[in-house]
Amino acid sequence: MATRLQFENNCEVGVFSKLTNGYCLVAIGGSENFYSIFEDELAGVIPVVKTSIAGTRIIGRLCAGNKNGLLLPHTTTDQELQHLRNSLPDQVVVQRIDERLSALGNCISCNDHVALTHPDLDKETEEMIADVLGVEVFRQTVAGNILVGSYCAFSNRGGLVHPHTSIEDLDELSTLLQVPLVAGTVNRGSDVIAAGMIVNDWTAFCGSDTTATELSVIESVFKLREAQPSDIVQDMRKSLIDSYL
Amino acid sequence: MAEEAGVFMVPQTVGSVLCCKCGVRMAPNAANMCVRCLRSEVDITEGLQKHVIILHCPECNCYLQPPRTWIKAELESKELLTFCIKRLKNLNKVRLVHAEFIWTEPHSKRIKVKLSVQKEVLHGAILEQSYVVEYVQQEQMCDSCSRIQANPDQWVAAVQLRQHVSHRRTFFYLEQLILKHDAAVHAIKIKQMDHGIDFFFGNRSHAVKFVEFVGKVAPIRSRHDKQLVSHDSKSNNYNYKYTFSVELSPVCREDLICLPPRVAVSLGNLGPLVICTKVTNSIALLDPFTLRHCFLDADQYWRSSFKPLLTSRQLIEYIVLDVEIISPEVNIGGSRYALADVQVARVSDFGKNDTIFSVKSHLGHLLSPGDYALGYDLYGANTNDIDFDSYRGLVVPEAILIKKSYEEKRQKKRGKPRSWKLKNLNMEVEESRNRVEDEKKNTEYEEFLRDLEENPEMRFNISLYRNRDYQPSEIASTVDGDFPSIPIEELLADLDLSENEDEDDMHD
Repeated sequence: MATRLQFENNCEVGVFSKLTNGYCLVAIGGSENFYSIFEDELAGVIPVVKTSIAGTRIIGRLCAGNKNGLLLPHTTTDQELQHLRNSLPDQVVVQRIDERLSALGNCISCNDHVALTHPDLDKETEEMIADVLGVEVFRQTVAGNILVGSYCAFSNRGGLVHPHTSIEDLDELSTLLQVPLVAGTVNRGSDVIAAGMIVNDWTAFCGSDTTATELSVIESVFKLREAQPSDIVQDMRKSLIDSYL
Repeated sequence: MAEEAGVFMVPQTVGSVLCCKCGVRMAPNAANMCVRCLRSEVDITEGLQKHVIILHCPECNCYLQPPRTWIKAELESKELLTFCIKRLKNLNKVRLVHAEFIWTEPHSKRIKVKLSVQKEVLHGAILEQSYVVEYVQQEQMCDSCSRIQANPDQWVAAVQLRQHVSHRRTFFYLEQLILKHDAAVHAIKIKQMDHGIDFFFGNRSHAVKFVEFVGKVAPIRSRHDKQLVSHDSKSNNYNYKYTFSVELSPVCREDLICLPPRVAVSLGNLGPLVICTKVTNSIALLDPFTLRHCFLDADQYWRSSFKPLLTSRQLIEYIVLDVEIISPEVNIGGSRYALADVQVARVSDFGKNDTIFSVKSHLGHLLSPGDYALGYDLYGANTNDIDFDSYRGLVVPEAILIKKSYEEKRQKKRGKPRSWKLKNLNMEVEESRNRVEDEKKNTEYEEFLRDLEENPEMRFNISLYRNRDYQPSEIASTVDGDFPSIPIEELLADLDLSENEDEDDMHD
């Protein structure tokens, strides 16, 4: 089910939070409203951790992760690193990497099997990603934008990309990612998808400006209507390449 | 860059997304909303004027552009469209793409204009929208019309043209010049006065332009004055009436002049008796005995304003008895002259007595024995001129011939209409007091027309029109060997826009 919310009156929820199948990271806000909505949805299922990265609140754009691991930029302080290592489950490998492009959330977009990265990422970083997150790494662009982490959001069941993506690109990405993809918008026509929403296999959170049409598109492509938390134990992978056009 | 390197580029087809508001399938745009949703969301015509009041003068069909300009425009014309768009404020916030009129009933006093504007909205999408502006037309008389209504004869500037001679030849010629150059189009009224014509204008600059025009075609001396009519003490506006007094030189073509000693000396000892050959904005003088010529421009003339000794009224007819050419034909200032010794006798003397004069003449190339010539009779003339008397020891010839006369040949043509005619200025003429003056005017006009026939250079500045009533008779071709007449190529056909006649628009 997709939920609409705001972080301190701002609809870009993907900037202030990170959601995976194994855990959820939330920024420290002035009021507890943001945190409490996540708690409400996810409390018994996965840990919801309040944190900051490099002293900032834009944690969604600085880190990248899936259920296997979490990658942090080199600007993360030792205390934050320690805090995250303590709070997250043991099977999640928390790793701080040395990368010139430190906004890892903008550069890397991943689910539990595949990752798309910024074309200019270092070779060592790519190896690190493959190692820590346990994914296959592809260097790609989305609709001509190199910041793949901002302009697409995908889970193990589906994905949403920048609205100006051409049909050939959509086909290519879909083949790489092995999930159905659709081009659409979030937050009333905004094309920065990953900043406007966060998603995992059974739930999604969007900014409150998201219209009903956009919400229905999100729910249908990520297959949230019938999904239950218990489905995460099944490794679901669509064998059919299906893209919504 | 990849394309230039020859890399294979996959052709990109644009996909479609759902409009974020209404869910309809559409191509992605900058706002990611379908056009309808975008239009319902944003109104770019907000804040623009939809209703404007404009002022219109019913007399002269002009519209007011504040603060003071009145623009003449027809309904649904380009000028009116430009004017209407200029009256809209705030139109610089949007970009105007298209404007057109929507038809309204002319009596409704409403003008409707449909404008299409473009503006950038939301995330860089450009939206185009059209809307209608309604102009309510209110009637108000413009300043010039109200002034005319209040007092129809109200003139602001007057030009008084005067020439103190006893004939009106110059004014006939000037009238034709003015007609050809349309110098008096702005005149409110033209009135014929004693020794001249008065022109009345509504605007001082029109009068100034007219005075300058006259100054270019005749040697004039002018002065101007103004008279206060009204004064607004609050805004310090003064209304004046301006008067220009223009005096034309009394020297005309074919006049005999005795130059004052100073002038003669300054012109290089030009013989004191000279003939005036041409008057434009300078006076051309010719010494008939030495064939020397010179020019006096207006300033020079008015510094020593001499009057002519004898004018063309005093021309009498001579019959030429013998011609002996002294010097070959020369070309002076565009005209040909030849010095000759001529024996002439006055026509009034001819046959009655033996008075024969042997004189020198500059018309040797034209005259042959038996011809008639017109000239000044100095033998019998009684002149009353200070300059003439001041010359002591001046050898005065008995006669000075001026031009050849075609009087005999004219007898045959008398009464028959000419093949050409002239237009006239719309002048107010006072009722003539007696018949004598009328006759004098008619003979002068007739002489003027004859002058035109004889002188091609006079015709140069004038427009002649074909006379429709003229039918060339069959016998005409047998007459006139050398009778000067105006060739038909010089005539302009009068443009006649009436429905029952053909439109004859040939101009040669």
